[in-house]
Amino acid sequence: MIRRATRWADERLGTQSFLRKSLNKVFPDHWSFMIGEIALYSFVVLLLTGVYLTFFFTPDTTIVVYDGSYEQLRGVEMTAAFKSTLDVSFDVRAGLVMRQMHHWAALLFVASTTAHMLRIFFTGAFRKPREINWVIGLLLMLMAIGNGFTGYSLPDDLLSGTGLRIAYSVAQSIPIAGNWVAFLVFGGEYPGNVIPRLYVIHILIIPAAILGLLSAHLAIIWRQKHTQFAGKGRTETNVVGSRLYPNFAMKSLGLFLMTAAVLAGLGGLVQINPIWLYGPYDPAAVTAGSQPDWYIGWLEGALRLMPPWEIRAFGRTIPNPFFPGVLLPGVLFTLLFAWPWLEAWASKDQAAHHILDRPRDRPKRSAFGVGASVFYLVIFLAGGNDVLAQRFQVSVNAMTKLLQAALFVGPVVAYFVTYLVCRELRDAGVPITHPSVETGILVRTPDGGYVEVERDPAEVEDEATPTSGASL
Amino acid sequence: MNGDQVNDDRRRDERSAERRVGAMFGVTALAALGLAYIYIEGGQPQLEGLLLAVVLGALGTGFVLWGKLLLPHDEITEDRPPLASDEAAQQGVSRALDRAEDLLPRRSFLTRMLAAAAGALGLAALFPIRSLGPSPGRVLFRTAWAPGKRLVQEDGTPVRVTDLAVNGFITVFPEGFTERDKADSQTILIHEPPERLQLSDGQGRADWAPEGHVAYSKVCTHAGCPVGLYQTQTGHLLCPCHQSTFDALNGAKPIFGPATRKLPQLPIYVDEQGFLVAQSDFTEAVGPAFWERP
Repeated sequence: MIRRATRWADERLGTQSFLRKSLNKVFPDHWSFMIGEIALYSFVVLLLTGVYLTFFFTPDTTIVVYDGSYEQLRGVEMTAAFKSTLDVSFDVRAGLVMRQMHHWAALLFVASTTAHMLRIFFTGAFRKPREINWVIGLLLMLMAIGNGFTGYSLPDDLLSGTGLRIAYSVAQSIPIAGNWVAFLVFGGEYPGNVIPRLYVIHILIIPAAILGLLSAHLAIIWRQKHTQFAGKGRTETNVVGSRLYPNFAMKSLGLFLMTAAVLAGLGGLVQINPIWLYGPYDPAAVTAGSQPDWYIGWLEGALRLMPPWEIRAFGRTIPNPFFPGVLLPGVLFTLLFAWPWLEAWASKDQAAHHILDRPRDRPKRSAFGVGASVFYLVIFLAGGNDVLAQRFQVSVNAMTKLLQAALFVGPVVAYFVTYLVCRELRDAGVPITHPSVETGILVRTPDGGYVEVERDPAEVEDEATPTSGASL
Repeated sequence: MNGDQVNDDRRRDERSAERRVGAMFGVTALAALGLAYIYIEGGQPQLEGLLLAVVLGALGTGFVLWGKLLLPHDEITEDRPPLASDEAAQQGVSRALDRAEDLLPRRSFLTRMLAAAAGALGLAALFPIRSLGPSPGRVLFRTAWAPGKRLVQEDGTPVRVTDLAVNGFITVFPEGFTERDKADSQTILIHEPPERLQLSDGQGRADWAPEGHVAYSKVCTHAGCPVGLYQTQTGHLLCPCHQSTFDALNGAKPIFGPATRKLPQLPIYVDEQGFLVAQSDFTEAVGPAFWERP
């Protein structure tokens, strides 16, 4: 049946030779290679649940009176967008599970994208010839964050409305063009009429961009073949692992289903973004302890840690939020985009690499990566400085000052500690890259003596099982 | 051990593996039926999520077990040929480019005109973006407050000078405000004993706060959140978004957090009937700073 189908396609499209190569394509096995797959599969769940939600959501800011089945808000005036989100949560069968799965999948999508990026960074997988895919991956990460933000702003609830108000102010803070940017994006002075625009961005523009970039990302992996860790029989000119069909396909399909299963479990059992508790957006109201979704937390934290400085000269202002809200992420992402070329230039290494580094083998890169991660972590924590202050029973002011200090001390300490640990580990001995090669075998000679056979693991090419031990 | 026994063992292992994978698929089928039943019965979010997780999880476990227990685990080695093309292809491209260069000799006049055409087209294509929003103009320097407008509460009730207890505070809006006006015209009215307020700062604000009633823009000058928390003992106004803190007793000067500017003060007075009324609009732009602000 399948055979007949492939022949049918081949006679019309000449697909058989591509199919042969694809089915036999070898994928190296390592747990860390599955993180990117989890990102891909959360995106699939996002698409499926998201399409379902579009049938019920109304991106409309007309004021209506709620008459649905959530008792506490009956008779309350709200936008049609907020009302339709309540309806999908309370009055559409299976709607709440879909909505919560969608939200959880968005959180996992950005989280797994970030973890995947860290894996690529610390193992040097961005090096030649994979610079293009590093850039595409970062663009995907920006798209994921952007679509998360536009998505959670759609219900027009009090929490997300506060986020939009802050986003408007950050846009306004851009020198020279700020007000124009804010007015063109929001359609005028705040609050403008931004929900319908966010909707188009959220369900059309960014998903289309993600689909395009993702296709390119996967096509390039396909073309370049996957990287692999050093090990017995693994060289720069081969790929060792399991074939696409059936081994890898079976495993990957299982991973997809399990990712979806975890998201379904979270979607059904763990409440997320209960907008009916926040209430409809009111520009004159706000609640303490407002927290954005996790991937916006670092920007929120940067705004909170920034000292009260801004630049005023010649009757013009570069406002305070510009520095933490625009400049900082701009510099950070520029650095990330440029990293493959910066490192190649600094290390004078222009060669192509298909064997991955272990983080310890590159102490400087690893130290830089950990330092940058600590910087990120501190501003991320600062996004919840009020919650932390409450938890640890200190004043918000003290917590803010502590985090301001940690922002400078933390990364430096992390850099040196990581550097020293990596160097120590690297110099501690021969890397254990050939774990299945048995050495130091005792052999009895015909004249009754014993000799020990010593072998250099790196020189043993093919050895499926240890030579002694469990033989019968 | 003889060969037959080894084969028997292997067959037994395989049968047991098959049973485990099959059981997983069976669980999937049962949970899927349960899911359909729950839906027909009216739906229940927790059960739906749980059953869907079981459906997908069992199916996924089935596939993973199938791969782990029933497929061979030989390591396959595939060649990784160099990515760069061979010499013949490189030269072929060179030749094709040379040929095109012969056919399209350098015509600098045409190149320049083409660049001008493309540039003009690109510029013209940008204009429709302008339709996305109005010009910022002066609108950011104005709010809905105007001379003679009464201070009203959210439900439209005008505020009398006797309404607010000492140490009390409420959010007020200009009389006749629309939903849209709330964004930039929201104002916080605080009543403190006059001797607590330090208003004679030489800016002519002595008569802006009748009988200890002082009104500040509620839009945070940092990132625009409503400055909603007032601590009576200290007289501090706190923005819950980024913890900018303003000293309401002293002209709403920023004293902590990222805010760099005071909350603008609304000049108010008490009219003959005892209502609080605005003397004018705010005398400066409210809300976060922007390029055009001094």
